[in-house]
Amino acid sequence: MKKEIAIDVRDLTIGYGDYVLLHDANYQVNKGDIFIIMGGSGCGKSSMLRVLTGLLLPKKGTVIINGVNMETAPQTDIQKIREKSGILYQSGALFSSMTLAENIALPLQQYTTYSPETIRELAHLKLALVGLTGFDDFYPSEISGGMKKRAGLARALALDPDIVYFDEPSAGLDPISSHHLDELIIKINQSLGTTIVVVTHELASIFAIGTNSIFLDANTKTILAHGRPQELLKHPPHPEVYQFLTRGEKK
Amino acid sequence: MKKKQQLKILSEGIQIQHDTENLLIILSGDLRSCDCVRIVTEVQEYLTSSIKKIDFIDDGLQTWDSSLLLILYDILRLARHNQVSYDCSHLPQNLQDLLDLAFAVDRRPPQKTSKKQDFLENIGAKSLVFRDMILHVIQYIGAICVAFWRCLTSRSIMRYIDFLSALDDCGPKALGIVALISFLVGLILAFVGAVQLQTFGAQIYVASLVTVGMCRIMGAIMVGIIMAGRTGSAYAATIGTMQVNEELDALETMGLPKIDFLVMPRLLAMLLTMPILTLLSDVMGMLGGAFVGVVLMNLPYQEYWKYAFDAFTLNNFLVGIFHGFCFGFIIALCGCYCGLTCGRKADSVGIATTQSVVNAIVWMIVVTGIITVICQELGI
Repeated sequence: MKKEIAIDVRDLTIGYGDYVLLHDANYQVNKGDIFIIMGGSGCGKSSMLRVLTGLLLPKKGTVIINGVNMETAPQTDIQKIREKSGILYQSGALFSSMTLAENIALPLQQYTTYSPETIRELAHLKLALVGLTGFDDFYPSEISGGMKKRAGLARALALDPDIVYFDEPSAGLDPISSHHLDELIIKINQSLGTTIVVVTHELASIFAIGTNSIFLDANTKTILAHGRPQELLKHPPHPEVYQFLTRGEKK
Repeated sequence: MKKKQQLKILSEGIQIQHDTENLLIILSGDLRSCDCVRIVTEVQEYLTSSIKKIDFIDDGLQTWDSSLLLILYDILRLARHNQVSYDCSHLPQNLQDLLDLAFAVDRRPPQKTSKKQDFLENIGAKSLVFRDMILHVIQYIGAICVAFWRCLTSRSIMRYIDFLSALDDCGPKALGIVALISFLVGLILAFVGAVQLQTFGAQIYVASLVTVGMCRIMGAIMVGIIMAGRTGSAYAATIGTMQVNEELDALETMGLPKIDFLVMPRLLAMLLTMPILTLLSDVMGMLGGAFVGVVLMNLPYQEYWKYAFDAFTLNNFLVGIFHGFCFGFIIALCGCYCGLTCGRKADSVGIATTQSVVNAIVWMIVVTGIITVICQELGI
């Protein structure tokens, strides 16, 4: 059975000013996938995420999310797509002057008609889902880095998003916290059916969670490989990909 | 004997069936954006002491969102609290997984103490905070004195590039604004004085009024206010941002004295430039007064300057310059102190900046009062 497409990227060229970071990228993300965007430093992973989330305009090409062309669609449709997308930034990007519950309540207050009491309860539930029961009244400065990421994920899940983007979720976490976060990503993907796009170069996470992936290359400025990470390791289409997936071994 | 089961519709898609011991919650259809609070409150009413078990049934549940999850979560919490058993095995697997996830607590938060203080406790706590603040300020000034000594004995790690940069910032770059504001203040002083003096034909004394006013105090005060808003706040913002970015922690861990590295270049630059800026302000204020007197009031040019120079005394001039020197010390001290004690939140830098300006202006006025009393006593 053919899977539905959540994100369709066509002939995408990304760059800053005259500098081209990546050209003519084509790939699709299926609904319900955990899709990994991987590659070495400076290959344009984070810029790709910025394009997908609408923070950066592409130089050329189109991004179609849930059937909506993010360049030509009316602003109302683009807004709906944004409401149905959650982003977990590298640092968590929690508002430091607000408690965790207030951080999560913010998008709910903005985009839903729930009563203040329901919003408070929903914020509590989202924190419970990421294992932070009882931390509602804590400020971001009072919790650890791993907990900030979980709280950031709870905020990303506030509006029951169709797609959640993760920017380097394992960065700065110890192996155990990183493993817990990977498990959480898988559970949320399986329970809610959420499509998940992860930008990372953490090999353990790539193999643990990825159901599909692309490999960006800084030298050729193209997508060098596309497929399931385990498959790419078994049958690497390019020596660069093998070297990346084996931490520098040469084939 | 069990009572006959009763059926009640809580909302479209949520029905409740109960007898004396069992509660059956039946879910069906589209359950999005449910009225969670009302439904949970109604379910709570059924959770009497006789209820022993809650069962959840999926009777064609199609679509749902977090609001349904919240209802189930709250009901399960109530059940746990009332020690009522429940069975979720008939719910869709993904809902069960999410409920498991929500109840899987891996750590408990530390208890926050929020004991309300009474009036006396409050005063006591505030007094302790005030005492700590005074001690901290004394420590800070002491550290600056030590840093001064290190600087004099060439043992300071102050970077001269930082000193030159600070000097450029509070010297040449401040000349324009200081000159403009001082000229306008002299002009306003002359206008205000002229209106009163004209009534008894003594408008020529505008020259004396502006000269004494600007040289003795107004020049220094204007420069102080401009520099507190312009440079003192910049000091607080720069050092405060370093605090937020953990750069101050890095200095600390590297064993570099923050006072030498951050405060001394700024303080020395300010001490050096403030008297010069005060001198400039005096001159520009007198020119502003002359503009009103000579151009607008048609007073003879030579006579105006004769009265101006007659009113000028070295004592007045030196008192003004001394004010400028003291204000420079206060502005740099307040700016750097607020930066160093800045918090780590996003709004902390804004608070530190505001505090630096307010503190500098308040202390400038206090010091002006003290100097005025001392000058009065000494007959200067």
